[in-house]
Amino acid sequence: MAVHAKGCLDRGEKPLDNVVSAVSMHNITKRFGSVIANDRVNLEINRGEILALLGENGSGKTTLMNMLSGIYFPDEGSISVDGRDVVIRSPRDAFDLGIGMIHQHFKLVDVLTAAENIVLGLKGRLDIKGASKRIREICDAYGFEVNPDQKIYDMSVSQKQTVEIVKVLYRGASILILDEPTAVLTPQETEKLFAVLRNMRRDGKAIVIITHKLHEVEEISDRVVTLRHGHYVGDVATRDTNAQEMTNMMVGHAVSLNIDRPDPVSPRPRIEVKGLTVRSEEGLLKLDDVSFIANSGEILGIAGISGSGQKELLESIAGLQAAEKGSICYIEDDGSREELIGQDPLKIAEKGVALSFVPEDRLGMGLVADMGLTDNMMLRSFREGHSVFTDRKGPHDVAQSVVEELSVSTPSLDTPVRRLSGGNVQKVLVGREITTAPTVLLTAYAVRGLDINSSYTIYDLINRQKQKGVAIIYVGEDLDVLIELCDRILVLCAGRVSGIVDGRGANKEQLGYLMTQVGGAAHAK
Amino acid sequence: MQNEKREPLIHISRRGEISWQRAFAIRALAIVLALVVCAAVCVIMTGENPLSIYGTIWQGSFGSKRKIWVMLQEIAMLLCISLAVTPAFRMRFWNVGGEGQSLAGCLACAACMILLRGILPNGLLIPVMLIASVLAGAIWGVIPAYFKAKWNTNETLFTLMMNYVATQLVAFFCVVWESPRGSGQIGVINLNTELGWLPTVGGQKYLLNVVIVALLCVAMHVYLRYSKHGYEITVVGQSIKTAHYVGIKVEKVIVRTMFLSGALCGLAGFLLTAGTNHTLTTTLVSGRGFTAVMVSWLAKFNPIVMILTSFLLVFLERGAGEIATNFRLNESFSDILTGIILFFIIGCEFFVTYRIHFRRGDSEAKIHV
Repeated sequence: MAVHAKGCLDRGEKPLDNVVSAVSMHNITKRFGSVIANDRVNLEINRGEILALLGENGSGKTTLMNMLSGIYFPDEGSISVDGRDVVIRSPRDAFDLGIGMIHQHFKLVDVLTAAENIVLGLKGRLDIKGASKRIREICDAYGFEVNPDQKIYDMSVSQKQTVEIVKVLYRGASILILDEPTAVLTPQETEKLFAVLRNMRRDGKAIVIITHKLHEVEEISDRVVTLRHGHYVGDVATRDTNAQEMTNMMVGHAVSLNIDRPDPVSPRPRIEVKGLTVRSEEGLLKLDDVSFIANSGEILGIAGISGSGQKELLESIAGLQAAEKGSICYIEDDGSREELIGQDPLKIAEKGVALSFVPEDRLGMGLVADMGLTDNMMLRSFREGHSVFTDRKGPHDVAQSVVEELSVSTPSLDTPVRRLSGGNVQKVLVGREITTAPTVLLTAYAVRGLDINSSYTIYDLINRQKQKGVAIIYVGEDLDVLIELCDRILVLCAGRVSGIVDGRGANKEQLGYLMTQVGGAAHAK
Repeated sequence: MQNEKREPLIHISRRGEISWQRAFAIRALAIVLALVVCAAVCVIMTGENPLSIYGTIWQGSFGSKRKIWVMLQEIAMLLCISLAVTPAFRMRFWNVGGEGQSLAGCLACAACMILLRGILPNGLLIPVMLIASVLAGAIWGVIPAYFKAKWNTNETLFTLMMNYVATQLVAFFCVVWESPRGSGQIGVINLNTELGWLPTVGGQKYLLNVVIVALLCVAMHVYLRYSKHGYEITVVGQSIKTAHYVGIKVEKVIVRTMFLSGALCGLAGFLLTAGTNHTLTTTLVSGRGFTAVMVSWLAKFNPIVMILTSFLLVFLERGAGEIATNFRLNESFSDILTGIILFFIIGCEFFVTYRIHFRRGDSEAKIHV
């Protein structure tokens, strides 16, 4: 039971004599109400191995790992660590067993330094100096770059993630679980992280990474375990499989992995942004002299490290963000221009500008989490008509057709959208935004957290809008997708336009440099 | 190798969906348990037989025709203020100023009765009183709303403090308009002329109030559920960001909703002063502004369910009061009983939301509660 036959080779580097089991989860079942998140799942985690846990949204990956890290308690099944049966009741129990999890959302105190965060909550005398020394040792051993005395608020996302990993190692973890660690990183930062993970593997740590990105699975992992709808599907050595096969295992049937890119349909300028400068409420410069033109019938991708001004850019166009200076012009087919700065969403709509916006924060901004599908469809249309009462019939029909056309899986049209899975929530939101027949479609991270199937549905929807002549601004984080989907890609770097490149023929390295420094490609070798 | 396998004695998990029958059963069980504990406490303190204690609770509300009417009036007034604060609550605007807004309505109503008697004919006086009360309540509600909308002040503190301002104003005018002179009290206004008194309908002093509040209840249900305003209130309550995103003017909705909330509290004040009590005291609203918070919350802000929750609270309070008098215990005793009952009613919501798993001898099988 403890020894696993497959995946014992260290990705062609050095074969280990025998595989040592770190964790073995047996017949784990976890229910949430009537939903079964994990159904009799078995999982082996070995030392000196990087295991990729793959699965669509809602397939139960995070739930399974949360049971290992003490956040949930399994309803049934047993867990053993190093061959001993254990019961993990709390994150503290997990720590005592050497299990550490790095969550998607970092849990750090901004005003403290890295070292202070790392020792936070530990028992014993507070000895920051000693701690700093040990942190440096850990960093040297694995190749991290962390300054123990740096405050968290001064750090980039990737540095914060490093602090989280060091924190877990500092506490003696030998089994590390990383939940979608690369979602917030640039390609260069991802490379660095992977180098560190390889060092940890060499040191005999057991590492689990939860991810959607197949090329990363191929690059870093030794073994892949796939979950589908809470069931364990299979366990293969990474070198014996490929992206297509993994996708098929994840989805349960064959899926084409190519994204279509139809040619632009008679593009003409639709949105013209000139010298746009935006400051946050705290006075920080969020957008600095941004200028570009978005054409109709074309997808303009926006790339950049998260927080480079993408949110402010879209919200400025949508009338939700005050600008310090600059202009945003909506250009009608007949050439007449409409200034959008200083307008609110209602006024923009009243001027006849058909603008749709799929915001990043789906449940916090785009939808009302506690309302059903019908009521959410009403958000855009409830003002129609002179009656003081709302008309629910129209929105009900819209909801019905969105559910049918986009195959949204929902118990009913009145189910609160917060009960739907991420993919279905996104379909509802995108579905509502395109039923208004927009001429401009703004999308922020339209496929974030979505599984492959849902992502392709969304790409397809966006492409169909493009062919209808809609001007699409697509803010994305997955560079592979941006390169495959977009006609042109605008790269933002710290609020400035770092470059605009043609999607056809763009490459990731070039975009990566543009993301980290303005005009980066020129400076890089 | 030691065996570390120890399952936790209990563990708690969130329920997904719960059928309404099950939720109802849990709540009913809570009320039964509350009554059992109340009876136990009563038996210990009084030595009476528990059945006679339950009988006394029942007597408190249903003992006589008069008691039934008093109970209906109490329910109507409590429900009226609860309905008033509900739109604000649905907007997540924690209006705990129902007391002050109602009192402002009482004050405006009494002011008209005293200052305009003899000047306006009764047929005109009553509408003027109504408008004055409603406006006074509305102003009391709009002030904190405006500050919230404009400067994002904390509405809970603000509305709470407005209560004290209203109470002190009433105390001041009680002395200004005292009657008889030197008493510091207003007494019954227009006792002989009955000017500004609402007419008695159907031979029952309280019937008019009950009918008005019943209509109000239905209207509020329709307003919140089916009107565009109601929809805007829900969106603002759920997510201000979403409201901005679809172009709802959040500030306007906050002020408008608190205008309505305050206005209805003012109406409650009008019904109290013009309809039934015909006087003005600082305790005229008698804490209903606060009890209303509970009525509204227990009903999950649903106006129709609020009929039930306000009945429950009035029934329990009157029952507890009856026990206190019948068994010669003081008022604090009825507070103890009400406290016990509310503990169970509010506490049972935990079991509606969560499920508790107990450990059993054999580790695999588990029982679920």
